Amino acid sequence: MTLKQIEGSHGVAEAVALCRPEVICAYPISPQTHIVENLGEMVKAGELKAEYLNVESEFAAMSVAIGSSAVGARTYTATASQGLLYMAEAVYNASGLGLPIVMTIANRAIGAPINIWNDHSDSMSMRDSGWIQLFAETNQEAMDLHIQAFKLAEELSLPVMVCMDGFILTHAYERLDVPTQEQVDAFLPPFEPRQELNPAHPLSIGAMVGPEAYTEVRYLAHAKQMQALERIPEIAADFKLGFGRDAGGLIRPYRLEGAEIVIIALGSVLGTIKDVIDELHEAGQKIGVLGIISYRPFPLEAICEALKDAKKVIVLEKCFAVGIGGIVATNVRMALASTGQEVLTVVAGLGGRAITMSSLHAMLQEAVAGRLGKLTFMDLQQGVVDRVLEHERNVRRSGPIAESVLRDIGAVASKIS
Amino acid sequence: MPNQPIKFYQTGTFTIGNRLLDENNRSVQATAARYNSLNSGHRACQGCGEALGARYAIDAAMAAADRQLIAANATGCLEVFSTPYPETSWQIPWIHSLFGNAPAVATGIAAGLRSKGRGNVRVVAQGGDGSTTDIGFGCLSGMFERNDDVLYICYDNEGYMNTGVQRSSATPPAVRTATTMPLGAEPGNVFGQGKYLPAIAMAHRIPYVATATVADLHDLEYKVKKAINIRGAKYIHIFVPCPLGWGSASNDTINLAYMVKECGLFPVFEAEHGKVTGVSKIRKPIPVEEYMKPQRRYAHLFGKNPATETIAKIQALANENIQTYGLLEQGAK
Repeated sequence: MTLKQIEGSHGVAEAVALCRPEVICAYPISPQTHIVENLGEMVKAGELKAEYLNVESEFAAMSVAIGSSAVGARTYTATASQGLLYMAEAVYNASGLGLPIVMTIANRAIGAPINIWNDHSDSMSMRDSGWIQLFAETNQEAMDLHIQAFKLAEELSLPVMVCMDGFILTHAYERLDVPTQEQVDAFLPPFEPRQELNPAHPLSIGAMVGPEAYTEVRYLAHAKQMQALERIPEIAADFKLGFGRDAGGLIRPYRLEGAEIVIIALGSVLGTIKDVIDELHEAGQKIGVLGIISYRPFPLEAICEALKDAKKVIVLEKCFAVGIGGIVATNVRMALASTGQEVLTVVAGLGGRAITMSSLHAMLQEAVAGRLGKLTFMDLQQGVVDRVLEHERNVRRSGPIAESVLRDIGAVASKIS
Repeated sequence: MPNQPIKFYQTGTFTIGNRLLDENNRSVQATAARYNSLNSGHRACQGCGEALGARYAIDAAMAAADRQLIAANATGCLEVFSTPYPETSWQIPWIHSLFGNAPAVATGIAAGLRSKGRGNVRVVAQGGDGSTTDIGFGCLSGMFERNDDVLYICYDNEGYMNTGVQRSSATPPAVRTATTMPLGAEPGNVFGQGKYLPAIAMAHRIPYVATATVADLHDLEYKVKKAINIRGAKYIHIFVPCPLGWGSASNDTINLAYMVKECGLFPVFEAEHGKVTGVSKIRKPIPVEEYMKPQRRYAHLFGKNPATETIAKIQALANENIQTYGLLEQGAK
């Protein structure tokens, strides 16, 4: 085992390089950029033999990936936030064509208001794009998920997004176990495409499909994700055999035994939540945690089974659907549709607002006391919101909202506590 | 070939004189063993210039690449009429991804092939003027700028024909389209807008840029073959009349493609690394009216009260081309 003290982005770049990608396309966007920078360095230095393309946009990055994957080359790219939205048309196209591209999403908020910090709005906007979406809890898991992602993508001929929290993971330095090339080669066979553009056997890819077949083609995309539901835990088990540690799978239960309240989350915030839960257990309060790793496909049955003893489920999510509420919570409610268990939504960490242990403690005590509402925005400054709404009621030309809020708060800084 | 003086083989054109040429110089289309890369049976309209142009161009590319060819196609008429699955007219490996990304998909194909040590396989991207000059322009410019090993072919029929004849940035002034109706003070498409992509391609200093029409098969094939044998980014802009969108007779396609060059509205030339290296001279100059009259998209300029001023402005554009590209033989009028 080689432990290296490296940045999360560097770790992911090393993991991707060990997967022997043949084409890498790069377009800069924070907080993803360090990953492709590191890969570019490896290619320039001759340590990694791959085609490395600096393209002109994220839309081009995914389009280049579509082309290279269609000739049977193992293809990788990374993006975040606005970049993912800008490539959206090609994101849907890659999955529709069944091309096994692997892409890292360094999760970041979406503008307006422009914000470079972490939340899950970007990945969530593509939840129905047909891509598999895996969320990493730690940098080690981010590395390990990439190695698993290539295997999963190429087996099913479906693209995979590995989602990792921007800055919180991508820019954090910690000791990471970088596998050996032999380990990765033993785990990940060379890419054997299901479809390939090749003059030796010409075929047409991307034909127009009408009402006579569109439903079937779309259903097959769903059927493949259902296969992924089975393959993801199996691949995680294989991974454990080869690499000696747990990574991936569909869900990750923590202290669920006897827990009447279970809190569900995705990504790095699970670490903070577990620390809080440990403290509460010491104080005799049994609250469990359920991490979701595979958001697409969404493991309805596994979640229902894991939550069978819970009386109350709190979904803490770094995103929300404006006009209705939680996105993850809606999916969890579907998993619990027949059980009648209460599901509460807590929206937290938007645009990089820190999710602190004290805020989590306070929120959970509200939940224990039965006072936590259906939809809560953690640490929302209600006074600020009320004053902006009041101003809008009184003044027709009230001006841009974001600027009103900033003026009211009067500080240029992230809220930490 | 384009900068050579006009040769008279039989009755005056290369097309008719084909069989009098040396066998190596005969057109790919003239051989019994032509590739039919875009095979018959597709759903293009009668007289479709794009279908003709694509068959000519891709067959020539197949000849130059010794069948080692892959094509990426933008959304548009060519894509729709060629692949009503389970039927496909393409006899070559072919992919359609999106409207605006054919150049980038082709870049990816070329990169993937290179990574696999199959750089001998040549890559073509193709689309209409909408996907080329408008929605795919960013990807195209990126492909040029990186000098990616791709030949991009634009089949220019001067509008969005697949969606029902709307204006593109390649639609000429005064032309009637569904979004530039012949109404108001300035009927049809306005003057002073639009972009001329061959010049923009040249500004990227890519190894090869050429224009061609479906009226001159030899010239078109020569340019495609030349481009396929060059490494790096290449751009060929082919003028393809659209009977449906232009309101022209389907048997007038070749004639219109011939006249557009003869009147000077569409200069036929080639350029290397940003410099013009060859120009097809006008053989028998004609006024722009002769080219415009058979097309109903210009009908509002003619009739009882011809819009002489507007026609004069179009003639001025042609004259400017004639001067800029030196389209007339020395001494010709």
